[in-house]
Parts: sequence; structure tokens; C-alpha cells
Amino acid sequence: MTLRNASGRSRASGLVVAAGAALLLSGCATTNPKDPFEKFNRAMFTFNDAVDRAALKPAATAYKKVTPGFVQTGVHNFFGNLTDLWSSLNNFAQFKGQDGFSDLTRFAVNSTLGLAGVLDIASPAGLRKHNEDLGQTLGYWGVPSGPYLMLPILGPSTVRDTAALPGDWWGDLWTHVDDIPWRNSGIALRAVDQRASVLDASTLLDEAALDRYEFLRDGFLQRRQSQVLDTDKAQQRADKVQERIDKVQEKLGVKKPETPNDGADDAAAPAEAAPADAPAGAAPAGTVPTEAAPPNNPPVPSPATPAPVTQ
Amino acid sequence: MKPIAQLIMTAAVAISASVLAPAAMAQETPDALVKRVSNDVIDAVKADKDIQGGNRQKIIDLVNSKILPYVDTQKMTSQAAGRFWRQATPEQQKQLTTEFSTLLVYTYSGALSQIKNETIEFKPFRADPSATDVEVRSQVNLTRGEPITLNYRLSKGAQGWKIYDLNVLGAWLVQTYTSTFTSEINKGGIDGLIKKLHDRNQQLASKPLAAAK
Repeated sequence: MTLRNASGRSRASGLVVAAGAALLLSGCATTNPKDPFEKFNRAMFTFNDAVDRAALKPAATAYKKVTPGFVQTGVHNFFGNLTDLWSSLNNFAQFKGQDGFSDLTRFAVNSTLGLAGVLDIASPAGLRKHNEDLGQTLGYWGVPSGPYLMLPILGPSTVRDTAALPGDWWGDLWTHVDDIPWRNSGIALRAVDQRASVLDASTLLDEAALDRYEFLRDGFLQRRQSQVLDTDKAQQRADKVQERIDKVQEKLGVKKPETPNDGADDAAAPAEAAPADAPAGAAPAGTVPTEAAPPNNPPVPSPATPAPVTQ
Repeated sequence: MKPIAQLIMTAAVAISASVLAPAAMAQETPDALVKRVSNDVIDAVKADKDIQGGNRQKIIDLVNSKILPYVDTQKMTSQAAGRFWRQATPEQQKQLTTEFSTLLVYTYSGALSQIKNETIEFKPFRADPSATDVEVRSQVNLTRGEPITLNYRLSKGAQGWKIYDLNVLGAWLVQTYTSTFTSEINKGGIDGLIKKLHDRNQQLASKPLAAAK
């Protein structure tokens, strides 16, 4: 970590000098604990913004206007399909077997019947896409996110996710295309496709944010953390457990209690909830502690097993 | 003895219920409230060609009439301002709330005008009946791409349930504004923040909606 920070800093100083005028904009910002490299990051943000304004945004706008809708969908699906395999491996690495199989099936079905991924026939069939990358896998295993880092061209990231980038790069099937002109044009096309899909959102960001840098940073860090902790999935699992408990209680004719009894020694619910709990327990080491609470409290609504026993 | 006690209790409950009836009428459950409001708004947007065409004033009217009554703008603002809220005079608090909610109305209008074929799916809602602070979870299903998380935090006050925070794609709105508020206040005080918000609102008011596509 410290090594990485140090190298980041030396790189930072070089780039800050290069960015010159951008420094003036950053001013003497008070240091945010999540963002010790704010000066560098702001310089990078200004640089990215200039690139975006000059090239990426116009290209994406034109692409969206000129290209027929079905072509855009096809391009989006094609590159999306290529990420499903890596995503499924990352799901397995996080013990998310169900999601992993789902992504693997998606990849198999879409790559063949979906004409190399151009058609996403798995989604309508109920196989949802679960985007997981190496950064999230590391986060699952308790690697702290580290400070916020604005990467050139690639945009917002964290130190952990940047360290994971070479892995994600390798896991990205398109980088294994041998023909270099093909590979590079594909990467460019994918960048345009991705930019096009957030055109509306970026307009919204321009309007909503007083300081776009801060707004993007704080939004990104929260979103990334919720992806790592899988706040949504943890809640869904908790809901499923609760539904099952409700069903069992209905069958047994037990009235649903208003307040959950504690001390119930039912094994089913805690076992189900455990996978959701494990990453949440491991992650707070590096992540901001404020959000660590939610995934912990929804599972384990203690079932009222003592009641059927007494009947 | 026991039946009499029960009778008294029942009578007491009945009386208090009748006295509190007006308040009780407003007691829609939080998830039902969010569902009703968002369905109302989506239907209104889908039925109105002007709104889809980017008529800003019409969208703002819609937000003001259909959404704002169910939003606790003061709580939202005070949470975004954090510790600075107590340092502000009541007049500053009022201005800050007005400017901040105006900004949110503007940006929310921008998002609304982009509604086309999206559908909203609500996730099962569970909360203790006595809870006064709950989260209602939903997701926006797009025709293409992953669904967008859209969660609401509501708290129960004298006028029933009101929304005070919004989670889009995993990020809470209030938290996202907190550091901006802090740094603006550090730079120019609370008045500086109010002015900044005011300027932005003026700028947005004169700008046509970018969403007309």
C-alpha cells in the first residue's frame, strides 16, 4: 500500500507539473481523508474533462445520433458478453456460485445462439447480468479500497481497483485479440459505446453538481462500496429467508410475531444469511464504516421456532 | 374485573382513534406512498408530449405539485449541511432549504424528462409497524442495460411519511452533497453556499432542457 502510494505520488507530481494551469483550479482544498491525492486527482479530472470535451463526448454524441439503434444494441451486447466470462470467475472467487453459473450460462448461450454475443438472448430468459471485477473480489476478501484515484482516461477508481486493473485487463477477452489494429479499434468503439450510454447521466451531473469533481467522487465511492458489499443482494437474500420463514410459520399455523424472538436456535436462517454477512464483516477494515452497518442488520430476522415446539 | 378493564381500554382506544382520525387518514404506509407518487408521476410524464419534448416549466410544475408535498426538504437540507446547520440562523436555514430544493427540482426534472419505456419495480417492503424511519427499495428497469437501483429513505413526522433521501445506483443523494456543502461553507460561509446554489438555479432556469431527444 505505502509503496503504491509513494509511486502514485511521484507520478502525481510529474503530472501535476504537466497539467500546470489545472493546479490553480484545485486551490487549497481541505484534505478529505478519502482523497489524500486530491491535487493530483483534480488535475487528472481536468485533463480527462478536456479529452472528453474534445473527443469522446462529440464522438459518443455523433455515434448515438447516426448509428441505428439495433447496431448500438448489438455493439453494447457484444462487448458486454465478453465481460461475462471474467465476471463469472469473479463471482466464483467470491463464493457466489449461483451468480457465477448464471454469468457462465449467459456467456455460453449468448456466444453461440446469440451470434457471438450480438444478441442478448439470456437476459429475456431471466439470466441477469452480474458485473463483478477483480477489484470487487479483492474487496470481498477484505482488501481495503485505499484512497480515491482519478485515472487518466479511465476515470474514477481507487488504489485497490487500480492495482486490480492488470488482472481485469487480462480477464477482458478483447485484449487477447492478436491483430493490433482490430484490437485498438475495438477498444475505441467500446469506449464510445460506454460514453454514449452515460450521455444523459453526465448532463445531469453537470446540472446537479456545484463541484463536479466532488460530486463524482462522493457518488462513485458510495456506489463502488455498495457494489463490493453487495448491499442489494444481501437484502434480497434476507428477504428470501424471511419469506421462507413466513411460509413455514403459515404452514404450522403460528401467528407471525410482531417483534422477532431472539435466542431461536433455528439453523436454517443464520446459515443462509452467513454468506451475506461474511464479506460485510471483512470489508469494514478498509471501507468507510458508515455503510458497513446495513448489510449486517437485514439478515437473521429470528424465526419463532420455539412456538411450534410448545404446541 | 378483567372484562371491565378491557372495556375501558377499548373505549380509550376508540376515543383516541376518533380524535386522531384526521392524522390517521394521512397514515398511508411508506411503500404505498412511494409507489403511488412514482406511478402518478410516470403516468403524467408518459401522457404529456410537452414534457417529453422538454418543456421545463411543465415538468417543474409537475414535480412541485406531485412530488414536493411528500419530500421533507428541510430534513434533507439539514442533513446535507451537517454540523453547519445549527450554526445557521433560521433565515439562512430557510434560504438554504429553498435554494437546495430548487436545485433538486431542476435536476430531478431533467431526469424525469428522459423517461420513456422504463418501468419501476418495487422490492418487498418489510418494516416494523412502529418504525419511524424506513427505506423503500425499487429499481428502474431499462430497455437496455442493467437495472438502476432507486431507494428512498422516509421518516414519519406530524404530517405522515415524507421522503428525505434518495439512493441512485448505490449512492445516497444527501451524502453526495455533504462534502460539497462543507467545502463551500469553508470557502464562503453559509451565505456563500446559498449564493452559489442561487446562481446555479438562475443558470438552470434560463437554460433549455437538454433531454429533448
